Amino acid sequence: MLPALIDFDAALLLLVVFAMLGQRRVGTLINLFALEGMLLAAASVLEGLVQARPELEEAALLTLVLKGLVLPWLLHRMRRVLSVRWDDESPAHSVGIHLLGLAVVVAAFAEAAPLVAGGAGRDLAMALAVVGLALLMMITRRTALAQVVGFLTLENGLFLAAASATGGMPLLVELGIAFDVLVVTVIFAVFFLHLQRRFDSLDLARLETLREE
Amino acid sequence: MTSIALLVATFWLVLGVLALLQPHSMRLARTVHVPGAVAGLVLALASVDSTLHSLPAVIVHLPGPAGFELLFRAGPLACVFLALLGVAVFAISIFARGYFRPGEGTPPGVLSFAYHLFLASLTVVLLAHDALTFMASWELMTLGSYALVLSEHNREDIRRAALIYLVMAQVSALLLLIAFGILSHGGAILDFTAMRSDPPGALGTSLVFLCALGGFGAKAGLLPAHVWLPEAHPAAPSPVSALMSGVMLEVALYGLMRFVVILRPELVPWWGAAILALGTASGLYGALYATAQSDVKRLLAYSSIENIGLIATAFGLALLFASAQEMTLAAFAFTACLYLCLNHTAGKSLLFLATGSVLHATGERNLGQLGGLLPRMPWVGIPALVGAAALAGVPPLGGFVAEWMLLQSWLTTPRFFATPLDLLLPLAAAIFVLTAALAAYVMIKFYAVAFLGRPRESRLLSAHDAGPSERMGLVSLALAALALGLLPGAVAGFLSSAVARLFGPLPPGATAAPGVAVFMPSRVTYAPLPLVLGAGVLLALFILGRRLRATRRTATRAALWSCGEGPVGPRAQDTSAGFGEPIRRVFAFVFAVEEQFPRPADPYPHYRIRLRDRFEVLLYAPLPALVGRLSALAARLQRGRLAVYLAITFVTLALILIGLRWT
Repeated sequence: MLPALIDFDAALLLLVVFAMLGQRRVGTLINLFALEGMLLAAASVLEGLVQARPELEEAALLTLVLKGLVLPWLLHRMRRVLSVRWDDESPAHSVGIHLLGLAVVVAAFAEAAPLVAGGAGRDLAMALAVVGLALLMMITRRTALAQVVGFLTLENGLFLAAASATGGMPLLVELGIAFDVLVVTVIFAVFFLHLQRRFDSLDLARLETLREE
Repeated sequence: MTSIALLVATFWLVLGVLALLQPHSMRLARTVHVPGAVAGLVLALASVDSTLHSLPAVIVHLPGPAGFELLFRAGPLACVFLALLGVAVFAISIFARGYFRPGEGTPPGVLSFAYHLFLASLTVVLLAHDALTFMASWELMTLGSYALVLSEHNREDIRRAALIYLVMAQVSALLLLIAFGILSHGGAILDFTAMRSDPPGALGTSLVFLCALGGFGAKAGLLPAHVWLPEAHPAAPSPVSALMSGVMLEVALYGLMRFVVILRPELVPWWGAAILALGTASGLYGALYATAQSDVKRLLAYSSIENIGLIATAFGLALLFASAQEMTLAAFAFTACLYLCLNHTAGKSLLFLATGSVLHATGERNLGQLGGLLPRMPWVGIPALVGAAALAGVPPLGGFVAEWMLLQSWLTTPRFFATPLDLLLPLAAAIFVLTAALAAYVMIKFYAVAFLGRPRESRLLSAHDAGPSERMGLVSLALAALALGLLPGAVAGFLSSAVARLFGPLPPGATAAPGVAVFMPSRVTYAPLPLVLGAGVLLALFILGRRLRATRRTATRAALWSCGEGPVGPRAQDTSAGFGEPIRRVFAFVFAVEEQFPRPADPYPHYRIRLRDRFEVLLYAPLPALVGRLSALAARLQRGRLAVYLAITFVTLALILIGLRWT
């Protein structure tokens, strides 16, 4: 019963990431990210029950607070301060991107599922798919805020992989990573403020003028 | 033996640190050289002593970093090179005591530290019996010599020369690391003995051999990587040049021999052929370029390339014989190879030291500005004559014995290869003879232009002779060179155990008499002593005859007839460029020459010639442009677009995953 629940949870997570892939309203994007964090926390709880590892429960609590509440709140604040509502600059052909995303998921399953037998292999494949989709999202987006969400999603994918395949990282490491992610988000916020003041836009294409000739 | 050598190395290190305590004290830096020289002598005597020699080799275990063990072991081959090192260090340290003057560059204490570090690392390279010790001491050796080359670091050209040397040395070390990486099965086996018993497959050994040939060849100055020698030697102080040319190049070749010993079970004919080809090419190339040089130290540097080429030729020939199971011939060829090493150490170190004394006395390195130094500096001139004769391969000295033995074995080469090699071997022998002849030409040029004739500049008239410790260094090397020439049997006996270890024993009787060199007991022998005695008697008779005639006739001294053009000055002598000119014309296609002729009406005519190394022009000069073009290609990836970078990351990840899937 529990493994099936984990599968279901991971599948929901994948679905959310798919939804993020084409989402152009930044506020919704952040909400989806918060949902993703909560699903991740749920997955961690379930894994903890299945593998009988109490430290996973603690990690789950951490995930819920950090990725489900604190980070979305930070991102929303950033969105308000920077007054971004729509990701206007990113390319519009979302059908193509979704098709590419499908290919990534298929490849991830072909790649990872045979590595570990049973349900864990499926979960690992889904985690890998989340990582791939997050990378895809970062490649296709041009708005800085969306990139950050992509980056955080990528980190979520790694967490899922760790929780499903290796029984989670030690709590100390997990704490460290969580703190790092928080710091990175704050640094991004400062960086975006500068970007906004300098170029009057969050379009990352403007950074091209900075390259060395 | 191993522990003695290790003690000597430690002693040198201690001396170096001692000199470092007061880095600006010239007195301390000088004093330190004396016990250092004595330690060198102890090392040489211990390695020559055959009773210590025949003891079973000792393996000293030292706790190294991260639980590694450092293995040291002085095998018979290492003992040959330790003896060579010890003798050279004795002479060079004594010489250096009087040589170093307060300069503007590195403080004397630091210089002395670098010098002794260099000595200690040379010793440890020879003793190393595992990859870790070898590479660590090899790199220390590079660093020590780099610091020494850089001793006058406030000059731009010297910094450039030192940089070229360092780059070459690092490329060489990189190749060696690859070779060790394959041999050690990815770091699992570091011990040389264990490596020997567990060689990698056929492809692996060939790769190891090529890497070793490239790495040691670059350090020794074999052909494509020889360009650092003519740059580094003029830049370094003379004792350092003497040590680098006379010892370090040999130690690099020792490394190559060591590797071949490790790979021995897999000996392949083309290895010997490759070393032989590279050696003959380097020899001829170095000799040709040496004839055309005017800077004394550049001339000696190219002459070193030539000598190293000859040594490599002999080694390649020995390997070829061994791969054809002609073990006796291989043993003789290898004896000649080691003999050439010893002779090069004595001769070339001597000439570099003599150059240093001349430089101090006259401030001149350009052959064209020297001349007539022999009557003014006999303590430098006479040892230099011995060194030049040794390198020229003239009979009573060591060069002749070595070349004679090598050619004997070469000319008796049976037809054992049913391949084009049979045709190419005589060709290589002809090139070898040509190289030896050119080497003699070079030495005559060096000696005649600098020491004979009349001084070309007026300030040479006041040139003073070398100081006492410089004299002692020069004379001891000259004595070593003479001993190599006059006692060929004894030298062959000393070399025999190393030869026996690599290529099987010399035939009995080959080392019976100390004064006689024997090739194939039933065939030919060469005894220098009667030759020298006979020549001495003839010379005495000649001088006596002249004396007798002189008492009967009176000679009148008159001014030289100069076709009515006024007095003939010292500038009318053959110049150094002029002396090398015929060779430069005959082999014009080898050189990259830019000539500038004076206008016919010029009242102060000057003839300028700029000689560049062909390899530098064709191979190394275009290299920066090529790197630039490649980096421009790489820069096209760098668009500054985040999406592109992310895509690269994504594709890389995908490729790695696919790669994992299919392996």
